[in-house]
Amino acid sequence: MIQVKSISKSFEGKTVLDDINFTFDNGKTNLIIGQSGSGKTVLMKCIVGLLTPEKGEVLYDNRNLLGMGKKEKKTLRKEMGMIFQSAALFDSLSVLENVMFPLDMFSNDTYRDRVRRAQFCLDRVNLLDAQNKYPGEISGGMQKRVAIARAIALNPQYLFCDEPNSGLDPKTSLVIDELIHDITTEFNMTTIINTHDMNSVMGIGDSILYIYQGHKEWSGTKDEVFTATNERLNNFIFASDLLRKVKTEENKNKNL
Amino acid sequence: MQQIIFDIMIKPISILGKYVILMGRVFSRPERIRMYFKQYVNELYQLGINSIGIVLLISFFIGAVICIQIKLNIESPWMPRFVVGYTTREILLLEFSSAIMCLILAGKVGSNIASELGTMRVTQQIDALEIMGINSASYLILPKILGLMTMIPFLVVFSIFAGIVGAFCTAWFAGIMNATDLEYGLQYCFIEWYIWCSFIKSLFFAFIIASVSAYFGYTVDGGSISVGKASTNAVVSSSVLILFSDLVLTQLLMG
Repeated sequence: MIQVKSISKSFEGKTVLDDINFTFDNGKTNLIIGQSGSGKTVLMKCIVGLLTPEKGEVLYDNRNLLGMGKKEKKTLRKEMGMIFQSAALFDSLSVLENVMFPLDMFSNDTYRDRVRRAQFCLDRVNLLDAQNKYPGEISGGMQKRVAIARAIALNPQYLFCDEPNSGLDPKTSLVIDELIHDITTEFNMTTIINTHDMNSVMGIGDSILYIYQGHKEWSGTKDEVFTATNERLNNFIFASDLLRKVKTEENKNKNL
Repeated sequence: MQQIIFDIMIKPISILGKYVILMGRVFSRPERIRMYFKQYVNELYQLGINSIGIVLLISFFIGAVICIQIKLNIESPWMPRFVVGYTTREILLLEFSSAIMCLILAGKVGSNIASELGTMRVTQQIDALEIMGINSASYLILPKILGLMTMIPFLVVFSIFAGIVGAFCTAWFAGIMNATDLEYGLQYCFIEWYIWCSFIKSLFFAFIIASVSAYFGYTVDGGSISVGKASTNAVVSSSVLILFSDLVLTQLLMG
C-alpha cells in the first residue's frame, strides 16, 4: 500500500501539485488520470522519489520515503519496478540483457539462474522468441512488454507505469493493460498507472484518482465513473461522442 | 543588465558547483564491481580503440606538414640540417601529441559522450537506472573517465609514432631532405622527461574531456535540440579548458 499525504510541488513559483491525499491499495491497479499538464507525471515522480515535493509524505507500507536515508532508499528501490512512457530500454543491450540488467546488478544468483529468471519474465510477456534482438529491432508494443519484463525481474512489490499505452494502437494497448492487470493480481503488487487512455480506465481501473490542475478532483472505481456527478470528470472522461453514448446506455440499463 | 551579470558571473559559478557535485556522485563507491568493469572494458573500446584510426591519420599528416614547413621556413646556410628533425620531434613531443591531439579528441570523444548521455537522459534511460537504485552518474560516467585515461597514453604514443613516420615519408618519398639528417635531428639532445610530460598532460586532458562532456550530457534537460546544444557545449568547454590547463601544466612541468 502506498499512501500520499498532502503532497505539494511547484516549479519556479507555479504550483503543479496542490495538497494531494490518496491511498493506492495493494493488489489493485490504481490509475492516476487527468488531462495533459494536470500534474500526473509530477505526482508519479514525487511518489517514486525522482522529484522531491515541498510538502507532504509518501508512505510505502508506513515507511516514509522522504525521511529515508540513502541505504533505506536503496533497499526500497529494489522493491520498485517502473515502466516509462518511452519504455527506456538500454539500446546497447539485447532484450535478454535488458531484463537481466537489474538481476546482474543486485541479485547474488548464479549466471544460469539469472538467465532462467530473465527468460521466465520474458516468457510471462510472451517475448521469449525475441530475447536476442535489440530494442531498435522490435516494435513499440514489444518494447513496452520488455519494459514490463524488466520491471518485474526483481519481483517488486510496487509497480509504476507512466503512460504505458502512449503511442500504441488500441489492440496492443489492451494487451499491455491486461498484462499489467494480470501481473498485479498474480504477484499481489501495488500498481500505479498514469494514463489518459479511457480504455484503460474502463478496463482495468480498480481504483481511480482524477487530478485536475494539480489537485485531487475525484476518486473512485471504474464502475463509479458512470454514475459520477463531477462535471469536470465527466467532461474529461466522456469527451468523445462514443463514450458519451456508452454512458447514456449504461445509465439507461441501470434505470431499467 | 541583470541577465548579462547572471550570464557572466553567476552561471559559470553555478555550473562549476553542479559539476563538482556530479563528480562527487561519480567517484562514490561502485555498487557491483563486475558490472562496472564490463562497462569499463566497453569504454576502452568505444573511446580508445575506436580513436586510434583518426589519431594515426591526423598525426601522420601533421608530422609530414610540420617537417615540410620547418624545412621551408628555417632553411639557411647558418642552420645545421638536422634542426628540421630536432624541431619536428620537439613540436610532436611537447605539444602536438598531447595538447593538439586531445583537442581533436575533445571533438570526437567529447561529442560522443555528451550526445550518448544526453540521449539516455531524454529517453528516460537514466531515470530507469535511478529507479532501480543504481547510482547512474557513477555507473555511466566513471567507466568513461577511467577508460579514456587508460587509453590516452597509448594514443599519445601512437600519435608520436605516426607523426615521426609522416616526417620520414617527406624525406623518403618527397625527397625534401636527407633521411639521415632527419634521423639525426630526431635523436639529437633527446630528453626523456618530455615524453613523461606528454603523458602527464594527456592524463589531465583525458579527465577534462570525459568529465566535462559527461557533465553536459548528463544534465541535458529537454529534447533533441538540448542534446545538440549539450554536444556543442561539451566540445567548446573541454577545448577551452584543455588550452587553459595546457598553459598551467606546461609552466608547472617545464618551467
